[in-house]
Amino acid sequence: MQVGKPILYSYFRSSCSWRVRIALALKNIDYETVAINLTKDGGQQLAIIEYLEETRPTPRLLPRDPKKRAQVRMVSDLIASGIQPLQNLSVLKQVGQENQLTWAQQAITSGFNALEQILQSTAGRYCVGDEVSMADLCLAPQVANADRFKVDLTPYPTISHINKSLLALEAFHVSHPCRQPDTPPELRA
Amino acid sequence: MQVGKPILYSYFRSSCSWRVRIALALKNIDYETVAINLTKDGGQQFSEEFQALNPMKQVPALKIDGITIGQSLAIIEYLEETRPTPRLLPRDPKKRAQVRMVSDLIASGIQPLQNLSVLKQVGQENQLTWAQQAITSGFNALEQILQSTAGRYCVGDEVSMADLCLAPQVANADRFKVDLTPYPTISHINKSLLALEAFHVSHPCRQPDTPPELRA
Repeated sequence: MQVGKPILYSYFRSSCSWRVRIALALKNIDYETVAINLTKDGGQQLAIIEYLEETRPTPRLLPRDPKKRAQVRMVSDLIASGIQPLQNLSVLKQVGQENQLTWAQQAITSGFNALEQILQSTAGRYCVGDEVSMADLCLAPQVANADRFKVDLTPYPTISHINKSLLALEAFHVSHPCRQPDTPPELRA
Repeated sequence: MQVGKPILYSYFRSSCSWRVRIALALKNIDYETVAINLTKDGGQQFSEEFQALNPMKQVPALKIDGITIGQSLAIIEYLEETRPTPRLLPRDPKKRAQVRMVSDLIASGIQPLQNLSVLKQVGQENQLTWAQQAITSGFNALEQILQSTAGRYCVGDEVSMADLCLAPQVANADRFKVDLTPYPTISHINKSLLALEAFHVSHPCRQPDTPPELRA
């Protein structure tokens, strides 16, 4: 029962916002963007994605099999709880400017070390098997963050390979930070 | 197709482990505990053996139905999908979203910022302030949200995954001496939860690895 289009409160550069934009694009859900300038990070984007999955079930973002669903959620949570919160804007402000880069790199490297290992048993073409899932929606934005913080991705061939495949997909392309309504001109694609 | 009891890798004091212990208790799932001490021997989660089982080197991890799952909410959602009663998530998608939102607020927005490895990084003299800041900041947001979602519990009147996240986080708040006066809804719900059997049996003070001086 829809009253007007969904409204997404989004920051072009926020990896959390990007995850949700990808989901909306994959499910062909037309929406309006209200651009917000982030001082407080969300962290509840997975709840949004799960809601979209339950109310607009095609195409699927979670597999049918409970064990594979668990793998998708595990990978998603690893990123959304285990990496992203530790290198978000408000935390970086707290550690102080001179420490920010090292801190962010440490958070990402530590998380990617674990993620690379896990993906070696779960991944097919994408994070879990051969279908795009919520895990992939978390991965690509996190790799973009890794790039921003100059993390060397050589130790993470599986992560890199999956990311490359994802960025070729339309939904990841249209939702990319470089082409949002609030993308500053100097960062626009 | 179960081969033996599920095995939970847990640390008595880990709030994330406690969430899963509550879920297992609520769903009446019998399990074995393998205690992983996060501070002893440089941290038993870093052992090669444990790392092979769970590359994230974190507790909890649950070995069940032939697979090993890490990340407490992923574990709880799996339990919910395979052992659906009693429910830990409401039927209505909007209420489910509220449960997940509250759970995520705690599990992504608060707990990771005050966990052991982060506190190690900020240094001993900063730990208390850092942890208090993370919790207060999160609880400010949570108290507000709960005012529109809560009934007897976090979302309506049934215990849900959100409550499994709340009680352990309040225990952390107590440990870090956070004043809970500004959070009457959080405090009230927590009190109701601690009266429940599942929250009681799974409490850090009565686990197989609870040190004698902290035992109830």
